[in-house]
Amino acid sequence: MNLLGKLDWSAIPLHEPIIMGATAPVILGIGSILGWTFLKGYWPYLWKEWITSVDHKRIGVMYIVLGLLMLLRGFSDAIMMRAQQAVAAGGAQGYLPPEHFDQIFSAHGTIMIFFVAMPLVIGLMNFAVPLQLGIRDMAFPTLNSVSLWLTASGILLTNVSLVIGEFARTGWVAYPPLSELQFSPGVGVDYYLWSLQISGIGTLLTGINFVTTILKTRAPGMGYMRMPVFCWTTLASNLIIVAVFPVLTATFAMLLLDRYLGFHFFSVEAGGNAMMYVNLFWMWGHPEVYILVLPAFGIYSEVSATFSGKPLFGYRSMVAATMVICVLSCMVWLHHFFTMGASANVNAFFGIASMIIAVPTGVKVFNWLFTMYGGRVRFEVPVLWTIGFMVTFVLGGLTGVLLAVPPVDWQVHNSLFLVAHFHHVIIPGVVFGVFAGYVYWFPKAFGFKLDERWGRRAFWCWFIGFHVAFMPLYVVGLMGMTRRLQHYDVVSWQPWLLVAAAGAAIILAGVACQAVQLVVSIRQRDQLRDLTGDPWNGRTLEWSTASPPPAWNFAVLPQVATVDAYWNAKQRATAGTNQAAQVREYKSIEMPKTSAIGFFNAFFAVVTGFALIWHIWWMAALGVLGAFVTLLAFAFRREEEIEVPAERIAGFDRAHQMEVAP
Amino acid sequence: MNVAVAIDDARHDALPSATEAGPASKRVVVAYGFWIFLLSDIVMFSALFAAYAVLVHATAGGPTGASLFNQRSAAIETACLLASSYTCGLMTLAANEWRRAGIYLFALLTFVLGAAFLGLEVREFADMIGRGATPQRSAFLSAFFTLVGCHGLHVAVGLVWLAVMMAQVAIKGIRGTVERRLLCFALFWHALDIIWVWLFTVVYLMGVRP
Repeated sequence: MNLLGKLDWSAIPLHEPIIMGATAPVILGIGSILGWTFLKGYWPYLWKEWITSVDHKRIGVMYIVLGLLMLLRGFSDAIMMRAQQAVAAGGAQGYLPPEHFDQIFSAHGTIMIFFVAMPLVIGLMNFAVPLQLGIRDMAFPTLNSVSLWLTASGILLTNVSLVIGEFARTGWVAYPPLSELQFSPGVGVDYYLWSLQISGIGTLLTGINFVTTILKTRAPGMGYMRMPVFCWTTLASNLIIVAVFPVLTATFAMLLLDRYLGFHFFSVEAGGNAMMYVNLFWMWGHPEVYILVLPAFGIYSEVSATFSGKPLFGYRSMVAATMVICVLSCMVWLHHFFTMGASANVNAFFGIASMIIAVPTGVKVFNWLFTMYGGRVRFEVPVLWTIGFMVTFVLGGLTGVLLAVPPVDWQVHNSLFLVAHFHHVIIPGVVFGVFAGYVYWFPKAFGFKLDERWGRRAFWCWFIGFHVAFMPLYVVGLMGMTRRLQHYDVVSWQPWLLVAAAGAAIILAGVACQAVQLVVSIRQRDQLRDLTGDPWNGRTLEWSTASPPPAWNFAVLPQVATVDAYWNAKQRATAGTNQAAQVREYKSIEMPKTSAIGFFNAFFAVVTGFALIWHIWWMAALGVLGAFVTLLAFAFRREEEIEVPAERIAGFDRAHQMEVAP
Repeated sequence: MNVAVAIDDARHDALPSATEAGPASKRVVVAYGFWIFLLSDIVMFSALFAAYAVLVHATAGGPTGASLFNQRSAAIETACLLASSYTCGLMTLAANEWRRAGIYLFALLTFVLGAAFLGLEVREFADMIGRGATPQRSAFLSAFFTLVGCHGLHVAVGLVWLAVMMAQVAIKGIRGTVERRLLCFALFWHALDIIWVWLFTVVYLMGVRP
């Protein structure tokens, strides 16, 4: 019996120059950042103010940092795939061997969905929703920190697979029987499963937290029909999380039982049923699309209303469309595998259900257009992303309606047409939305705006690069090119794939512009500073407090009487109907104490996950025990809250009022 | 003013007073959040139920439910679990009135009944495995052991939780946090009952039909 399970020196691919070449700089980079922060003495600050923080704003920022870092990782995978397919035509094999290429496309999909899109969207929700609701924090602040660090654990495990062992070669969906032990004997699928199980628990806890926050802890007077649309879409998105993430957990648990204990859920013998996995996976997988895109729709709503200087057109229809999508999203999963062989009636039902989703989505697009119509639109960077989204997304949605027709789907199933389609909706839908939100809320988080010139350059590179990169994929898809090809014999596809690679390079320029934008903005923060807390002439409550907001968000909980609460308060103030010099009564506030439970829990989750991946059973037991002891220590701690004295709140608030007053 | 704005101006400002109240009390928030968690747990079980329903006839020539299930044992398990739910309810009543002795007594009863349930289940599993009906034998048995075992795991976690809660009552007293945690435990324990009722029906009652 080996004390280290399956782990030995052969797990580290020292003979692979590409992997070593990629990981050495990463390890050096992380090492030097850790060393630098240590030498500078930043560690106590980072520990006290960030790592153990239970403040939703800080947690939101950390989620976004995680998401942006992983975007670089997922994007470099994309560049490698585009480069490989650009050269590996005819007899050429390209520079990536099949077993490496397979890991790259699996990692690209997994990382982009779970560790880029999810953290970015959850980060923005975390940052903005409690502020928009006019409250001081989430319903369960410490749980929020636990969620963040569990997500980070999953991310860490996925990245460890780069150096120690391998990642799955099964595609990001890990369909059995390929993902069963019989056909994937390595640790790749185990890395995939455990990192997603761990981060999945974090996501589920996030979902519970947001649903409770939005339904139970809104500011006084904020009825459902007065909530900002971003809060509505967040609610819908998190309702879906609660409804479908447990299904993913159960599905992965079944696959794990198959792999570890020889069960027969999805195996090829003893009555296992592989199609059951596919069904269960997409019962989570399709709603997941809406988990990501609905919050982005909320961001577009906020941006189009704010920068048009008008209330959102058709607020009620927007809410209704959001909730209709929330329900319908769970009723269309079968369109991912019309070729399963279900009867024509089943396929017709799911085809029609899929097409029906286009109706509420169309309602939304018209609402945004009518919001801009007749408004005084300011073409700031968030608006560019929004308009770019509308133009692109409508086309991507149309190819989706094509794919929802079962006979068409049979023809283009698993082709690059499909790959082009889902990138065509998810990049403008989610990524552009996240970037709009990033530029929109950045001044709220840090007190200064992002540089506009570099923001525009980033937008145009992404917008043009996206079309150059993905339109050719529709063409080769229709020409019959299937997805996930390490090399291909049909030379006539190559010109299109060369164009696609050029598109990826243009997007890379966009990413570079965003990096430059961040550096330039930080260096010029004094010129870009915003003291008012309301740089865009906003409509919702987050703009009514200082930037960055104090830990308690609002000195006095706002009293809400209408939708667009802050806009209306500003209107009343200028009209003089408000008692201008309203005397504010400050009270001391109970704030949750910082807590290290999230970090320690995540540490033990990584230990347990790593041990299970490598079959190091004693270490797994220690990891579980450690997590349990951490939980006990948390449960028995004496003090749960600290009191912020009224004088401190009053002092901060008066200072802010002085800055705002001209 | 253009049409687009005019339509949206027609707002209805009459709202129920609940929305005027602001954030709900801690007790409400905690219990509500825990309910949402329980719903998610039930969704997870529903996936396991679905898998069981799909695979129930995939016995691969091995034993079927009718030849394996001991309905008498399952009935006793059910009785134990339902009775433990009752004693758990009595514990909640005692907690509401801050009667420590009552809390300890009913917690002990709940624990004993839950442990009896778990013991019977383990014996049933051991018996089946002894007869060669292991989860590796067929897809049906994989699904059976996973579904019933997952519920059993929940009961085991519940027992550990209950023990920790009694330590908390002893050390920290029945103050706000502990009281809310007891409330959550009770919700959890009753939810396990609900799942078991389904499980008993789908697995043990429907499973022995010829």
